[in-house]
Amino acid sequence: MDYFHSVRLDREKCKGCVNCIKRCPVEAIRVRHGKAEIMEDRCIDCGECIRACPNHAKYAERDTIHDLTDFAYTVALPAPSLYGQFRDNVGPGRVLAAIRSLGFDDVWEVAFGAEIVSQATREYVENNRNPRPLISSACPAVVRLIQVRFPSLVDHVIPLESPMQVTASLVRRLKAKETGLGLREIGIFFFSPCPAKVTAVKSPVGGLRSEVDRVLGLTDLYGDLLRNMRQERPCLARADGSGIGWGSSGGEQAASGIENSLIVDGIHNVISVLEEIELGRLGDIDFIEAQACPGGCVGGILNVNNRFVAGVCLQHLVRDLPKSSSLAERLRQLGLEQVEVPSIVVEPRPIVRLDRDLKKAMQKLQHVNELMERFPGLDCGSCGAPTCRALAEDIAVGKATETDCIFKLRERIMGLALDTYNLAQVVPPAMDTRGINKVGGGKKGAADTSGTDSGAKT
Amino acid sequence: MIIANSYDVTLSVAGHDFVTAGEAASQIKRTLETLNLPPKLVRRASICAYEAEMNIIIHACRGQMGLRVTEDKVAIVAHDEGPGIANLDRAMEEGYSTASEEIREMGFGAGMGLPNMKKCADKLSIKTKVNEGTRVEIIIYLPTSEG
Ligand SMILES: Nc1ncnc2c1ncn2[C@@H]1O[C@H](COP(=O)(O)OP(=O)(O)OP(=O)(O)O)[C@@H](O)[C@H]1O
Ligand code: SF4
Ligand SMILES: [Mg+2]
Repeated sequence: MDYFHSVRLDREKCKGCVNCIKRCPVEAIRVRHGKAEIMEDRCIDCGECIRACPNHAKYAERDTIHDLTDFAYTVALPAPSLYGQFRDNVGPGRVLAAIRSLGFDDVWEVAFGAEIVSQATREYVENNRNPRPLISSACPAVVRLIQVRFPSLVDHVIPLESPMQVTASLVRRLKAKETGLGLREIGIFFFSPCPAKVTAVKSPVGGLRSEVDRVLGLTDLYGDLLRNMRQERPCLARADGSGIGWGSSGGEQAASGIENSLIVDGIHNVISVLEEIELGRLGDIDFIEAQACPGGCVGGILNVNNRFVAGVCLQHLVRDLPKSSSLAERLRQLGLEQVEVPSIVVEPRPIVRLDRDLKKAMQKLQHVNELMERFPGLDCGSCGAPTCRALAEDIAVGKATETDCIFKLRERIMGLALDTYNLAQVVPPAMDTRGINKVGGGKKGAADTSGTDSGAKT
Repeated sequence: MIIANSYDVTLSVAGHDFVTAGEAASQIKRTLETLNLPPKLVRRASICAYEAEMNIIIHACRGQMGLRVTEDKVAIVAHDEGPGIANLDRAMEEGYSTASEEIREMGFGAGMGLPNMKKCADKLSIKTKVNEGTRVEIIIYLPTSEG
């Protein structure tokens, strides 16, 4: 399958250590020939390996601001978490003006779309009593995690487009109308907190074309933004605090106002919650806000600020923001009655672990179990697989060999050394003088001694 | 080459052990996933396994869980040497539970385990004898292969 991934490896920098393979939540990385290799069918672009790599060999592929010239009219779309990247006395008016001064014609906050999605989410949860719990689709890394590792839960995912898509689509239409340009002449540039959103734009879930044209990382533009923080343009700030709050964990739940909710952040924590749901638990909860990054999007790896600091900045900003008019009122001012949030289709994409054919899979699993009995069970990672079990599965499908395990290799070498030693004891018959002293013709005796206790196995 | 016709796992479950509770069911789930069985089917089987395991933990002392996968079905057997079920018809009713107050405070004892199993399984058979034990067998058929 042709599938874009934002998370990539810089081969030059990779030292082949085991940090990333141990942290990957879907066991998608192996070290082979001294370099990490990402298995494309498993990777969910969560960015855990980027976080884990001490050599900065993993990175998030993204676009550059030079692409501004590709479009007649350009709009920047900052993610809600971007506000957490500056001191909390820097309000939206200044941040947005600084972004625009990078060369954009206009700037729109994704937080505006987040307000729209919050409302749609609440309605969806109220109107769909089954199944429970429903899981937010806002974090694309979580959606992809569910598709590949928890495929039986796809119908628990709320099938609504993300705030990014909703904002992009709305702004594209507004701007085309305003400028008289064609829809595709408007360039929508999203400021992403993470590789997962880059992937969500390049290979959207459901396969439709994204409404976002380019994805930028804040890390690339942070310096320029700080230098441009001079003007104040309050009129650019259209979102209210509830949308901005989406930038950190708990914000989405607060904005949608669904009381009976569970909030979880950090991909490994999300996994433990999804495992509960798979066993049929948590059915008494209505809504799950799940985000792959610790602390929510403020913890995204393309953000700059320490996530705890960013979380506090965001909280203060939301608290101090002047109360804006209702969403309906602000939409009306834009000439819009109501904005439909399009639905998405979340397909299961289960990983084929051993074999599609059940008989063959059973046989391979038997092989895995046999291997597991022989392996030391240390999960040391030296073999290039994250666990002994992962190596056993790799061996069962023919992608690795038993001696990739250094303990198994050592055993083999020890065996060989013993064989070598024993062989060295063997004397060719022509030179063997043992048993000569008896009869005159010693030949017969020499032939008999080849079996002395050297026991060389061949 | 030997072609395996079935795949078996046996796991032991200790009564009243809430630290490892759910591990047998998780392992059964992982096994079925590794065998690449359809996600929905794995889910149904996992729910049954989990409910059966929790019943051993809550209502019985020690027990065993067995999984057997053959070409046409998944069979899960939960077997214990606990108190047995005095009135099986009542036990099958939604909301019927003999769980203690403490157990309820832990979020169990809604009386939904057996009814859920019945919903998720294609076949559920229970053999039980008071003071001797309980044997629950869950069968889920695999979709006939379309290749
Ligand atoms: N293995 C068992 N040994 C003894 N009694 C059992 C066993 N399994 C079920 N029962 C009895 O059947 C009743 C109903 O079981 P069921 O699983 O439906 O509900 P529960 O276990 O009480 O609550 P829940 O499963 O919702 O946490 C139990 O309360 C218990 O009295
Ligand atoms: S939590 Fe936010 S920043 Fe992190 S992967 Fe999900 S959407 Fe991206
Ligand atoms: Mg029960």
